[in-house]
Amino acid sequence: MAETMRIYTRKIGIPRLIISVFFVMLWIVAFAVDLPILTLVSDLLRRFGMNGILVLAMVPAIHSGIGLNFGLPLGIICGVLGALISIQFGMVGFVGLFVAIAVAIPLAMIVGWLYGLMLNKIKGSEMLVSTYVGFSFVFLMSIGWIVLPFNHPEMRWPIGQGLRVTIALESTFGYVLNNLGMIRLGKLVIPTGLLLFFAAVALLLGIFLKSKHGIAMKASGDNPKFATASGLNVDGYRVLGTVLSTVLAAVGMIAYAQSYGYVQLYQAPLMMAFPAAAAILIGGATAKKAKISHVIIGIILFQGLLTIALPVASTIFDKGNISEVLRMIVQNGIILYALTKVGGGE
Amino acid sequence: MAEITAGVKSKSKSTLGHKIGRFALHNSVTILFLIICLIGIKLSGLPLFFIVNELLTRVTRNTFLVLALLIPVMAGMGLNFSIVVGAMAGQIALIAVTYWGIGGQWGLFLSFALAAPVAVLFGKLTGMLLNKTKGQEMIASMFVGFFANGIYQLIFLFLVGTFIPMTSKRMLLSSGMGLRNTVDLSTNESGTAGIKYALDSIWKVPFFYVVIVATVVAIAWFAYKLLNSDRWHKEAGARKKDIRNIVVVSLVAVFSMLAMFAPNLLPKQLAGFGRLKLSFFTALAVASLAIFNQIIVKTKLGQDFRTVGQDKHIAKVAGLQVNKIRELAITLSTVFAAWGQIIFLQNMGMLSTYGSHVQIATFAIAALLIGGASVSKATIGQAFLGVILFHTLFIVSPAAGKNLFGDAQLGEFFRTFVAYGVIGVALGLHAWKVMIVASQNE
Repeated sequence: MAETMRIYTRKIGIPRLIISVFFVMLWIVAFAVDLPILTLVSDLLRRFGMNGILVLAMVPAIHSGIGLNFGLPLGIICGVLGALISIQFGMVGFVGLFVAIAVAIPLAMIVGWLYGLMLNKIKGSEMLVSTYVGFSFVFLMSIGWIVLPFNHPEMRWPIGQGLRVTIALESTFGYVLNNLGMIRLGKLVIPTGLLLFFAAVALLLGIFLKSKHGIAMKASGDNPKFATASGLNVDGYRVLGTVLSTVLAAVGMIAYAQSYGYVQLYQAPLMMAFPAAAAILIGGATAKKAKISHVIIGIILFQGLLTIALPVASTIFDKGNISEVLRMIVQNGIILYALTKVGGGE
Repeated sequence: MAEITAGVKSKSKSTLGHKIGRFALHNSVTILFLIICLIGIKLSGLPLFFIVNELLTRVTRNTFLVLALLIPVMAGMGLNFSIVVGAMAGQIALIAVTYWGIGGQWGLFLSFALAAPVAVLFGKLTGMLLNKTKGQEMIASMFVGFFANGIYQLIFLFLVGTFIPMTSKRMLLSSGMGLRNTVDLSTNESGTAGIKYALDSIWKVPFFYVVIVATVVAIAWFAYKLLNSDRWHKEAGARKKDIRNIVVVSLVAVFSMLAMFAPNLLPKQLAGFGRLKLSFFTALAVASLAIFNQIIVKTKLGQDFRTVGQDKHIAKVAGLQVNKIRELAITLSTVFAAWGQIIFLQNMGMLSTYGSHVQIATFAIAALLIGGASVSKATIGQAFLGVILFHTLFIVSPAAGKNLFGDAQLGEFFRTFVAYGVIGVALGLHAWKVMIVASQNE
């Protein structure tokens, strides 16, 4: 019995065990102190749909062998650009959403392709270099947000130069997916459209991963030397995985923005890769192995923890945002844990 | 530049283009940065005296932190992003000292003493973790910083005033829980003077007096080497190098004397330079760390660092305790970072409780890389050059952005873009080289 326990603990990993136990404990406390559970569940569902595709973006990256894609801001900014162009041309509602996605995808393909070519030159340091490439791109685009010729009144400051820090989507395509077929059961709100959109993207990704190219991509990520020997174009599949990841990040950003109701510019995309990476790791993925199920479990655990932490903690501490501090500890803790499994200290 | 011209004269002319090309290639980041800085200075329209004065302050307060990075590079652990953890140790000590109401030099030395054991503990833990992530030390050390920042916020936002007893109207938030966003270091809890400028204000001397003394010592040293050339010069051309050094140093000495004693003879823009003041003991602290880094290379410990850095397996076969040595390298770096942060903050006079430490690793590492260092090799000279260039950009970029585009923020975005970009490019180039070498060995 003790032996089986030990094997399981090793398989799941201590940090995941702690997080899961913590998760269950907080929800029990929430029940015990009579917090509005249904409202919290609704919040969790919304957050699930909001972050889902950004976390899915990690899967093709891990499969193709580049590891956790910390260069996610590159794709996210393509999504932001798509959204801004859609607003600029006065698109509203679903048309606005689809135009945003339709503009973002080719942009993300180009950026992802270049980014993939770069990653092929720096094998072994992808995570480190892509972090800083992502960071610097965010600041390059911060200059862009000031000098680019967008002039829709919704976007510009009434006086002065440049675009606003947050751009409201209320009048364009905010909440269109959330409100599509939204089900209200008393206090429980199910954003059906948002969840279906996530499911559709996840399904498409799943079908691709099961296809011939998907399997070849996974094979070349798992064991590049063996794949090369069997005649697979390893570098090509790495670029393919990077492009897919970047495109998913762009689409994910648009889904995120419409659910949030705002597009955030400037430094907002800077740190967005890390929660996505943490979520998939908490779900059971490693820097070398990931499944779509890891994405789903991971977001529920991670976002569930963040959703519940604030109301529970506020029964102890009456002020301060402990949820944010908890996010930092859990998120960076799990990424550190994953890194200890990458090199493995001989 | 002096190096190439001198080198070229001694060799045949055919290698001139080749040599310049190689020099430019090896120092491309530094040269590019030098050009950006010169353009920035021109665009900003700031008076030269202002820039140099500001630069002098920044070099004395920031270089200690950059020098803290050198030992882990020697030990093959790359650029230590977790100096952020050391900075936290320094800040913890500063908060405690300010709370206890101990100011001035005593407060400063107490905070140095207090920060050391805390930093040793943090460094030891970081080192143990980095031993589990061999090959990924840099990214792991970055996440160590992020993770530790979460714990730091947990302690200072939620536990202080609740589980950790502390009562202070001045330092705590009005709810009695958590520290305020800023801790004023100019006054203490008890209302007496804090540790602001505690190190800087001990002795301020005119900068060029120090330069004159330093140049005289340097000339004497090179002259001594020349006179005893048999003992010092095993290789040809070394004698020429000494003569060249004496000439360069003498020129600096002459300029310093002019600045101090005959400013009227200098061009108008340089005439005020005699008024530049140096915080002597802060500069001495920086110089001591530089000398420490230089001396440690010659010791048994330094040799161990280098052996481990070159090849972990050979080091292990040679009987070295690789993991212990790596832990020690990180611990030293962490302790220096803690002291460096205290030196930095006593000059700033204001601790941003949740912000002062966050960016220091990025900026220190960017500065070191701009100076021409790489992941596997970094020297003291590169650290100084890098700090000078990086902070020149910091000083001029808001004004340059304002003059060029009518928006100071643009310049600020640009300098942050450059900081991250330089790190990305330098790390990328290094990874590329490693990959090429690895594929050649196969």
